[in-house]
Amino acid sequence: MNELNPLVLFTASIFTSNMILANFLGMCSFIAVSKDIKTSLGLGQAVTFVLTFTTVINYLLYRHVLIPMNLEYLRYIVFIISIAAFVQLVEMIVERQLPVLHHALGIFLPLITVNCAILGVSLFMVIRKYSLIQSLAFGFGSGVGWTMAIVALAGLKKRLNESRVPKGLKGAGITLIITGLMALGFMGFSGMVQIS
Amino acid sequence: MNGIVNTVAVMSGITGFLAFVLTLARRTVGDYGIVEITINDKKKLEVRGGDSLLSALSSEKIFIPSACGGKGTCGYCKVKVLNGGGAVLPMEEGLVSHDEIEEGVRLACQVKLKEPIKIEIPDELFNVREYRAEVRKIEDITPKIKHLVLDIVEGGEIDFKPGQYIQLVAPPYAESDESVQRAYSIASCPDDKGFIELIIGYVEGGICTTYVHKYLKEGDHVNFNGPFGNFFYKDNDREMIMVAAGTGMAPILSILRAMKSSGIKRRCSFFFGAKTRDDLFFIDKMQNLEESLFDFEFVPALSRIGPDDDWEGVRGRVTEPLMKHMENPENKEAYLCGSPVMIDAIVELLIEKGMDEKLIYYDKF
Repeated sequence: MNELNPLVLFTASIFTSNMILANFLGMCSFIAVSKDIKTSLGLGQAVTFVLTFTTVINYLLYRHVLIPMNLEYLRYIVFIISIAAFVQLVEMIVERQLPVLHHALGIFLPLITVNCAILGVSLFMVIRKYSLIQSLAFGFGSGVGWTMAIVALAGLKKRLNESRVPKGLKGAGITLIITGLMALGFMGFSGMVQIS
Repeated sequence: MNGIVNTVAVMSGITGFLAFVLTLARRTVGDYGIVEITINDKKKLEVRGGDSLLSALSSEKIFIPSACGGKGTCGYCKVKVLNGGGAVLPMEEGLVSHDEIEEGVRLACQVKLKEPIKIEIPDELFNVREYRAEVRKIEDITPKIKHLVLDIVEGGEIDFKPGQYIQLVAPPYAESDESVQRAYSIASCPDDKGFIELIIGYVEGGICTTYVHKYLKEGDHVNFNGPFGNFFYKDNDREMIMVAAGTGMAPILSILRAMKSSGIKRRCSFFFGAKTRDDLFFIDKMQNLEESLFDFEFVPALSRIGPDDDWEGVRGRVTEPLMKHMENPENKEAYLCGSPVMIDAIVELLIEKGMDEKLIYYDKF
């Protein structure tokens, strides 16, 4: 059992162990969808929703189905299936309720299925032996952290539109540099809490 | 053995449960039920919700023009949605002007049917049908332009106004894995209701033109739908000025043929622009029309003719002879067909010469 306070875990997963800026997970949609703040926020919410629920579902499946039956080695396939099903569900809801967001996200909404941040959180939960409450805090916190990072990047990119970027760095190049600088900035938080 | 049974049972259980949940969701969240479409306040259709307006209408045999096949890139499938269309998508804003959005104009391919919807479409679109045709003739008339004659085998006779266009459907073939539709003006006379003629130029990398130029053979079957368009012959007694370049000759030819067959007596001049002698075609047809029409003059202009060539016609762009002809703009109307750049330039010149903008009809492609 891990003794960390869930609140600490929640804060840590946003600032010191941010999925994108500290673990470099979930980068593809982070770079591709961060063109517009509203869309980024939408994707961030979808990711947070999926992360929170899949972490809890995966915890329950792992703890109450796989462990009692000694089937821990099936965890990858089980986690992936539950994530896929959940994303499918989210897609149906977004398509119905938020058509503009659905259109803006395009292929990146179904691609949440293989967003490594999401499988990453479920796997960290197993490796670090979190409890249900801790998993919930960690999943939700990671989602909030991911959202914060992508919205921050979208904001920076918007300002970038008016600045003079060297030709060779336009587009993905400068985005990666900015991400690196943001990661450096977030390293400053790492002294606050360390989770493992 | 037990281990295998256990594993399979657990995996099946988990997957089965999730499949169950998703099916429930599909029945509730994903099911839009039957949606009613009201067209022009008189025709009501009931279709399954969830599809795009464009595909729902085409499955009800109402064909809205569309070149890109519903990807939201061509901007042809504009319809007026009075209510029930949902929010305007950002991608539509690039193709539908601000004023049009105010009036409720949407791209039919981007409107998803979720609730009862009221739309307005031009009445002519009810006349649009789908045809299946056999290629009677396909031949090169210049190195880059083919002349096609399509015999209609299914869909009945076609009723169109001279100058209108159809949409040819290119099926998936070796170089394209999706079906696309492209608009081509009809070159034949409206009196010929059993076949149509098309003039199709080759566009580097064009999905439909590559299909026509490299794959389509005589005896093959193709589908098309139509007729569409509000560029067509207007009946009055003004003198007619026609300007076209390349395949833009097609609708003009249809108009001239219609005038010949109905014995219309109007003065009429056709300025045709091309680059070299190789780009000229149907000169014999034009000469025939010069003889048989009441008062018709064909003026071809070659812009890239060598100085030592013995070409006796106009050298340079069509604008020169056109401007000379336009000294007196009174009682004239113009029919233009060509690229947007060419049409914009000529419309500007005609207006400068004092022509009424309302009497300039054009078809940009």
